[in-house]
Amino acid sequence: MLLNQFLLLSAVLFCIGVYGVLARKNGVLVLMSIELILNAVNINLVAFGALTDNVAGAVFALFTIAVAAAEVGIGLAIVLLIYRNRRSIDLSEIDLMKG
Amino acid sequence: MLAGIAPLFGATEFVRPAIDWHAAAPELTLLGFGALITMIDIGWLERARRIAAPLTSLALLVTLVPIITLALDGNDRSMFHGGFVVDDYSLIMKATFVLAGYVVVLMSTNYIAEGDYWENEYYGLLLSSILGMILMASARDLISIFVALELLSIPAYMLATWRKRDLKSNEAGLKYYLMGVFASAVMLYGMSLLYGASGSTLLVDINDAISVATTLDAVVVIGIIFVVVGFAFKVSAFPFHTWAPDTYEGSPTPVTAFISVASKAAGFVALLNLLFVGFLGRDDIFEPLMWALAAASMTAGNLMALRQTNIVRLLAYSGVAQAGYMLAPLAVAGTVPDKALTASVTYLVIYAAMNLGAFAVVIAVARKTRSAKISDYRGLFHYAPGLTVAMTIFLFSLAGIPPLGGWLAKFRVMEAVIEADTASGLVLGIFVAVNSVIALYYYARIGFGMWAEDAPDGDLTPVNVPLSLGVALTLTALITIAMGVVPGDVVGRFTEVSLLAGG
Repeated sequence: MLLNQFLLLSAVLFCIGVYGVLARKNGVLVLMSIELILNAVNINLVAFGALTDNVAGAVFALFTIAVAAAEVGIGLAIVLLIYRNRRSIDLSEIDLMKG
Repeated sequence: MLAGIAPLFGATEFVRPAIDWHAAAPELTLLGFGALITMIDIGWLERARRIAAPLTSLALLVTLVPIITLALDGNDRSMFHGGFVVDDYSLIMKATFVLAGYVVVLMSTNYIAEGDYWENEYYGLLLSSILGMILMASARDLISIFVALELLSIPAYMLATWRKRDLKSNEAGLKYYLMGVFASAVMLYGMSLLYGASGSTLLVDINDAISVATTLDAVVVIGIIFVVVGFAFKVSAFPFHTWAPDTYEGSPTPVTAFISVASKAAGFVALLNLLFVGFLGRDDIFEPLMWALAAASMTAGNLMALRQTNIVRLLAYSGVAQAGYMLAPLAVAGTVPDKALTASVTYLVIYAAMNLGAFAVVIAVARKTRSAKISDYRGLFHYAPGLTVAMTIFLFSLAGIPPLGGWLAKFRVMEAVIEADTASGLVLGIFVAVNSVIALYYYARIGFGMWAEDAPDGDLTPVNVPLSLGVALTLTALITIAMGVVPGDVVGRFTEVSLLAGG
């Protein structure tokens, strides 16, 4: 089975996601980058599960998808709240507290 | 559909796993009450506001009943091939979470009711977060650890953002949320690698598979590092602590207390489960990692706490340092596993009591001064002697002064790192000792201001402490003192690593 290709794809997705979280200043784009990492995880889980004939990987991926949906629901709500209060979702401007 | 994928995975006929209802009773009780509170809120709206807080307290006290009956029964129980284990260790942690939740409800009652916030949803979310925590105490499987982690985190993100129109609360919630989901995504990536290296999500099987070196060794190393880093965010260890001070300052104070105690303890419980059941065969990987995290957290946390002017931020940085002390025994977990587990659990339980107490005093004082500046604590003794005594107990306990609880906690940590008798363990012991002295400076500075100086504006009207807050203060103060003076060490004798896996 072509395991390496799947792992490589997921590693690349993971790196793009981490870069996006660290470098992007737009709240929604950061959320999308986190989704990329979670999809990298799903590819890993399903690929390993298929390789070892083990259903746990696919089940884990289903849990990840369901929980990620809940997480993004909350995240978009928070970003929307901030947009309503500040008229901007630029993360670098959100610095009321420091120290 | 199922018939379609079944041949792919070589599935056999489905057999329903046996369910031990007694073992799952604490979780089910809390789940039932959480659903009840949500439905009452939908059905009754305004009238429900009056009963939300008492009902939540009742829910938590009723949840203690099955925990106690399970403890009296004494048998270790295990379900789902060892994915859900009820033993003495998990019962102690469940009782700690439930009691901590109860104290948070006591602290919230007046704060939330007087602040014109949404009340019933608050308690519903609090209960589901606590449900995630007690589930975490029993989780011995990657999937259940992940689900428990999200169940406890997602409501906490919403609680941190509770003051919807306050920009600081928005910022607190956003920082907590972004750091939290990023950490759990990194942790999940590590988990997927560990699953790939071992072919199982059960921690026991993972330990068997990764203890022997294979061609997949690099995958195992990266997997363990990512999982540990994910939880380092959760327990706010340096350098993954950056969200903590801002989130603590901006959130409503009872929520801050909840996040800094219960959520941090749940992160530690997950780490303990993972390290002692899943990774114990690979202490060569996690021990140096834990050593670095522990040493960096206590030093950086204490140094940054020195220059804080806001008491909540000071407690946040002191929390980073305390996380360092709690991580210290894990750095010798491979050498003296039983001692290390005892030290961590003892520290967690005592930390919960003393830190909740400190936040209760902060809430009480803020009812009068409306601020969290350290300078406003000057002269507290002249108008609130009771609060001053309580705060002194909590601060000195955090500093580790005998005979208070914090002293026993530090003693257990020192005992573990010294008994390991390795060079790295001894150096870590020196780190703990030096840092305790640094920490004493900023705790004692607040104490000195409260007892010896005059109130800044000469205003000597007493602080009005509501009944429920008073109960919370008394409870935490009594536990903090009792943990230190009662001989026979209530927590320590229950924890043995061999029992954790549930047989």
